[in-house]
Amino acid sequence: MNNIIVYCEIEDGKVADVSLELLTKGRSLANELKCKLEALVIGSDLNGIEKTLYPFGVDTVFLANDTRLYPYVTAPHAAIMIGLFKEEKPQVALLGATSIGRDLGPKVSSALHSGLTADCTSLVIGDHYEKKTDTKYDQLLYQIRPAFGGNIIATIINPDCRPQMATVREGVMKKEIMDANYVGEIKNIEVDKYLAPEHFAVKIIERHIEASKINMKGAPVVVAGGYGVGSKENFDLLYQLAEVLGGEVGASRAAVDAGLVEHDRQIGQTGLTVRPRLYIACGISGQIQHTAGMEESAMIISINNDINAPINKIADYAIHGKVEDVIPKMIKHYKANTK
Amino acid sequence: MKGLKIVVLAKQVPDTRNVGKDAMKADGTVNRAALAAIFNPEDLNALEQALRLKDKYEGSTVSILTMGPSRAAEIIREGMYRGADGGVLLTDRLFAGSDTLATSYAISQALKKMEADIIIAGRQAIDGDTAQVGPQVADKLGLTQITYAEEIIGIKENVITVKRRLERGVEVVEGPLPLVVTVNASAPECRSRNAKALLKFKHARTATELQDTSEDYIDIKNDRPELVIPEWSVVDVDADPKELGLSGSPTKVKKIENVVFTAKESKVLSDNDEDINELMRTLIESHTIG
Ligand SMILES: Cc1cc2nc3c(=O)[nH]c(=O)nc-3n(C[C@H](O)[C@H](O)[C@H](O)COP(=O)(O)OP(=O)(O)OC[C@H]3O[C@@H](n4cnc5c(N)ncnc54)[C@H](O)[C@@H]3O)c2cc1C
Ligand SMILES: Cc1cc2nc3c(=O)[nH]c(=O)nc-3n(C[C@H](O)[C@H](O)[C@H](O)COP(=O)(O)OP(=O)(O)OC[C@H]3O[C@@H](n4cnc5c(N)ncnc54)[C@H](O)[C@@H]3O)c2cc1C
Repeated sequence: MNNIIVYCEIEDGKVADVSLELLTKGRSLANELKCKLEALVIGSDLNGIEKTLYPFGVDTVFLANDTRLYPYVTAPHAAIMIGLFKEEKPQVALLGATSIGRDLGPKVSSALHSGLTADCTSLVIGDHYEKKTDTKYDQLLYQIRPAFGGNIIATIINPDCRPQMATVREGVMKKEIMDANYVGEIKNIEVDKYLAPEHFAVKIIERHIEASKINMKGAPVVVAGGYGVGSKENFDLLYQLAEVLGGEVGASRAAVDAGLVEHDRQIGQTGLTVRPRLYIACGISGQIQHTAGMEESAMIISINNDINAPINKIADYAIHGKVEDVIPKMIKHYKANTK
Repeated sequence: MKGLKIVVLAKQVPDTRNVGKDAMKADGTVNRAALAAIFNPEDLNALEQALRLKDKYEGSTVSILTMGPSRAAEIIREGMYRGADGGVLLTDRLFAGSDTLATSYAISQALKKMEADIIIAGRQAIDGDTAQVGPQVADKLGLTQITYAEEIIGIKENVITVKRRLERGVEVVEGPLPLVVTVNASAPECRSRNAKALLKFKHARTATELQDTSEDYIDIKNDRPELVIPEWSVVDVDADPKELGLSGSPTKVKKIENVVFTAKESKVLSDNDEDINELMRTLIESHTIG
C-alpha cells in the first residue's frame, strides 16, 4: 500500500527503455519516501520478465499475463490499472510519455480523479504549505515540466488526490541497475476480475512496428544536422563525420520536416534527449525545443554561418562557417592524425 | 447511412512556436502579450479529418466546440470559413484555472448536449502541451478513444477504421461509434478558407460580441439568427462548479519559471584550416574523440 508503481511497457517481449529509466528514478524516490518500488506489467508471454526488472530494485512485480493483452489497446490495460490502483492505493504512479503512456495515463487519471502531469523532466520530493487552508503537506512529488512550447518550466503538485501521476519521456532519466542480484516477488493479477467483453471493442487489424536501429542514446558523439544543412547530399557529409568519429547522426525537427532525414533521429523536446561526450550542431539555429534535447552534452560545437545564432550561446566552440566547407576539413584532419 | 454528427474540439492558443525577437523581453523571458492567438495547429488537422467525413457521408454536419474567453469565438469563425457548419463557445469565469481534468469535465458536459457520433480532437495543444484532454473527455463520457490518428479511413455500419501513427510505425484499428478520436500533426493539413463560407459567416457573432459592437450588427440577432454563435455557461451545461477551476483540479501549479537564455563562454573559431586543425587536435588530446 502507498507505494510507487511504474507501468512497464512491453514491445516484442522486452521491457521498454523508458520503463527501466522510470524504475531507476522510482527506486531513488522510494528510498526517500521509505516505501516499496513496484512494477506493473501487462501483456502476454511474460514468463521470466521479472528477471529484467528486479535488478532495478523492484520489490513487487504485478503481472497481468494473458494473450488478449498484447499488443496494447487502451481499455483492457486501463481497466486493469484502475482496478489495481483502487486496491493498492499507490502514492505515486509513473508512465513513459510515449504513445502508450500518453494514451493510458489520462484515461486512468480521469477514472480515478487523480492529477496527471505530462512530460516531466525532473521529479523530486518536497513539502508544500497551502496558505488558503493553512495545511502543510509533507513529501509531495514535485513534477517539473516544460510547457508553453518549452519557454517556461512549471512545478506541478498534486496535494490531495492519489496517486500522484506523471509521464516522462524516453531518455530524460538515467537507466541504472541498482543491484544485479536483487530479488523481489511476483504477484499474478487475475485479469478476469477486471476485464469485461466491452473492453475489447477496439480491434487492431494491421500493425507495422519497427524497432529503431539507431542507437542514439549510447553514442559518445552525435553529429546533428538542421535545416541549414540544406540538402541530402550535404547530410551525407554528416554521416561520414559520424562514422569516422564512431558516432550517430541526429537532426532538428526542421530537418526532419523537410524530409532530409528520418524522424527517428530527431533530437529535442519532441524527439530524443541525448547527453553525449560531444555534440556537433551543424546548421542548427538552436531553438529552445531543440536545445532541450541536447544541452546537457558534455561538449557542444556549433557550425553555423550566422555568428548570432542562439546555439552559439550554449556552444563551447562556435565555428563561423558553412557546413559543407567545415566538415570535410574535420574529416581530413581526423583521418590524418589517428590510426 | 444517415449523416454523421461530428464535433471538433478546438482550442485557441498563443503561438508558442514563433517566439521571435520581439516576443523576448530584455531579461530573456517570454513576453506572452506579444504572441498571436491562433487555432491550435493539430486541431486544424482534426478539422480536416472531420470535413473529409462530411464530404464523404452526405447529410453530415461539423460543429466546433471551444472553451475559452470571449475572443475564442474567432476559432469558431475560422472553422466555419474552412467548412464547419457552426459551433459553440463554452465560456464562464468559473472555468478559469482548470487543469486538464476539470477542462475535460467542462467539455464533456457540453458534449452531452450535442449528441455527437464522432468527437475529433487534436492530439495536443501547443501551450499546455499535455495531450490529455482528448482521452479524458472520452473517459468522462464513457466512450471509446482512438488516439494518434493520422487518417480516418472510413465508417461502415457504425464501425470506424482509423490509421494511427506511433513512434515506430503505424497501426490500423477499428472501433464502434460513438467515440473520441485525437489527430496528429502527421495527418493532412487543413484546407484553406473558402470564399463562399467567408462571405456567409463573416458576420457570425456571439451574443457578447454583438453587445460590444457597433450598430451594424444589432439586427443580426433578429434578422439572421443562424449567425449567432451560442455561448454556454456553467449553468447551461449543468456543470457542478466544485468540479471546475482550481477546486476541480487535482494538479496545482506551484511555481512557474521563465526559461532564460544564459550565455556560456564560447570560443569563436573561423572556418580556416588552422582553426579547424587546432580544434581537432584539442578534441583528440582530451579524448573527447578518438
Ligand atoms: C505551465 C502549465 C503547465 C500545466 N501542466 C499541466 C499538467 O501537467 N497536467 C494538467 O492536468 N494540466 C496542466 N496544465 C493545465 C492545462 O494546460 C489546461 O487544463 C488546458 O486547458 C488543457 O490542457 P492542454 O492545453 O495541455 O490541452 P491538450 O490536452 O494538449 O489538448 C488536446 C486537445 O484537446 C482539445 N482541447 C483542449 N483544450 C480545449 C479547449 N479549451 N477547448 C476546446 N478543445 C480543447 C483540443 O482538441 C486539443 O488539441 C498546465 C497549465 C500550465 C499553464
Ligand atoms: C511543441 C514543439 C516541439 C518541438 N520539438 C522540437 C524537437 O524535438 N526538436 C527540434 O529540433 N525542434 C523542435 N521544434 C522546432 C523548433 O522550434 C525549431 O523550429 C527547429 O529546431 C529549428 O530547426 P533548425 O535549427 O534546423 O532550423 P532553422 O531555425 O531554420 O535554422 C537553420 C540554421 O542553419 C544556419 N545555416 C543556414 N545555412 C547554413 C550553412 N550552409 N552552413 C551552416 N549553417 C547554416 C542558419 O544560420 C540557421 O541558424 C519544436 C517546436 C514546437 C513548437
